Amino acid sequence: MESIIKTKDLTIAFGGHVAVNEVSVDIPKNQFTSVIGPNGAGKTTFFNMLSGQLTPTKGQVFFKGEDITKKSATERARIGIGRSFQITNVFPNITVFENVRLAIQSRENVRFQMLRHFTKYKAFADEAMSILETVLLKDRAKALAVNLSHGEKRKLEIAMLLALNTEVLLLDEPTAGMSLEEVPAILDVIKQIKEEENRTIILIEHKMDMVLGLSDQVMVLFNGEFLAQGSPDEIMENETVQAVYIGGSQDDKHTSEIGTD
Amino acid sequence: MIKTLQKSTWVYLFTGLMLVLLPFFKDERWFLFLMIQIFVFGIFAMSYDLLLGYTGIVSFGHAMFFGVGAYSVAITLDRFEPSFMSLLLGIVIAMAVGGLIAFIAGILTLRLKSHYYAMLTLALANLFLVLAEKWRSLTKGNDGFTFQIPELPGGLEDHRNMVIYLFCLVSMVVIFFGLKRLTESPLGKILVAIRENEQRVVSLGYKIMPYKVIISVISGVVASFAGVLYAISIRFVDTSVFAIDMTLDALLMTIIGGVGTLVGPIIGAGIIEFAHHYLSELSDVHWIFERWIILFGILYILVVIFFPSGIVGTINHKLATRKQRKKEDEQSDKLAS
Repeated sequence: MESIIKTKDLTIAFGGHVAVNEVSVDIPKNQFTSVIGPNGAGKTTFFNMLSGQLTPTKGQVFFKGEDITKKSATERARIGIGRSFQITNVFPNITVFENVRLAIQSRENVRFQMLRHFTKYKAFADEAMSILETVLLKDRAKALAVNLSHGEKRKLEIAMLLALNTEVLLLDEPTAGMSLEEVPAILDVIKQIKEEENRTIILIEHKMDMVLGLSDQVMVLFNGEFLAQGSPDEIMENETVQAVYIGGSQDDKHTSEIGTD
Repeated sequence: MIKTLQKSTWVYLFTGLMLVLLPFFKDERWFLFLMIQIFVFGIFAMSYDLLLGYTGIVSFGHAMFFGVGAYSVAITLDRFEPSFMSLLLGIVIAMAVGGLIAFIAGILTLRLKSHYYAMLTLALANLFLVLAEKWRSLTKGNDGFTFQIPELPGGLEDHRNMVIYLFCLVSMVVIFFGLKRLTESPLGKILVAIRENEQRVVSLGYKIMPYKVIISVISGVVASFAGVLYAISIRFVDTSVFAIDMTLDALLMTIIGGVGTLVGPIIGAGIIEFAHHYLSELSDVHWIFERWIILFGILYILVVIFFPSGIVGTINHKLATRKQRKKEDEQSDKLAS
């Protein structure tokens, strides 16, 4: 299977604490890969090194065979690695519509235009509205992002990621902090994205049911170390994985929740 | 949205026209001078608003651009004959030097976190103040110097103050519409995003530094031009143009009028200048009016506590809420019927 992102001995230490230790993995192209692990496993830190928010102490990150370890988060977004954040991270005091429009503007490379009025780019506006419709936020287009509910903010995060239209989508716990009623709507959106061609999705999630239902591949981190990678079934049957944190009987395994980072 | 934009543009143009006609009805010297100060500080405060209101950059050294502008035109007109060519040369030098300083200072300092940046700009502005005090051969130090401005052709010379009034007014209106377009352009939208959340801007694929440097250069050039107009209007320049008070005035005008609104700083400039004038006149009534800065301090605290979005910001907010409520009422009426 062709890989799109590859890491080699990826390591990062904060002071004396090694948060991620020599993780070497292949993330297959056009597949849905979930990264799971208990609290403090280093999942978000690993993500931050893929998206360029953190620079590894040691090791390399490759994107389509090219070493991107030295590339900044901006450059990685431009070459095709987009991400959402675990803690909701939108532009609070501008409208929902404008949040999405800004992502489209970046994708279309309209960066230093200062003479034309922004409303002249009508295609951006139309696309922003259509993306908001996809994530079921069209009615809230004119609201300030700060006034959205937590669930709506998570939808907006995904909308912005969709607007960037990157080849790789890194989703950091898209349902974190959501009420049970809000989760299905987000799941629908994620499923819809999954159906699209040429999309590689990498997801951090602690809701086990969701991971099993959606993923083609599951990758397990524990205490910053790589533990296992395989299909959901393989992972569930992997004895090391069970021993480490699923712990209990086979009956428990589908309902267990693995802690967040 | 476009409809309201057009409406607001008409309101601005109409107000501009009224201001053009104003000196034909009230042409006392003190009044024209007061209005000129409002236009000059309106431009200066707008340039500050680009940083503070739109990009979220807090600068305590904005007076350096104002001062550089004032000194550039004053020195040029003083050294060369006071002709229109010299004036033009002075303006070009002022804006070029202002832009260059903003560029260099921006490249060196804008990487810093907000409070460090604020401190560093304060230090830089102080450096210019000391330079102006010590470089006496060029600036005549604390005493400052007067200079001639070119003589106007024909009968216009008799209405010199009115010509300066109109020149400053037209400059303010042109700069206002220019900056308004800038803030409503794709680049302007990115500036606001930077103010809101820098990390998110990066993850959308934008680089932060070029935008901060660009806006700081534009702001520096506009502030230098305000300094030019200030020097021309009083035909005198001294080191007070570099003082921290200048920056604080711009900050006060921007916050009272409404940050991130452009028209707010102009209104703020109007309020501060008028209040300054009338409060100083009341000094016979009570000594406190002579110390009007105390009253401004209180006003500043009250505005920050009760109207953090300033006058224009509060009005905009109220209008938006009313519009929203009206829309909701209409929807519920529709549902009921």
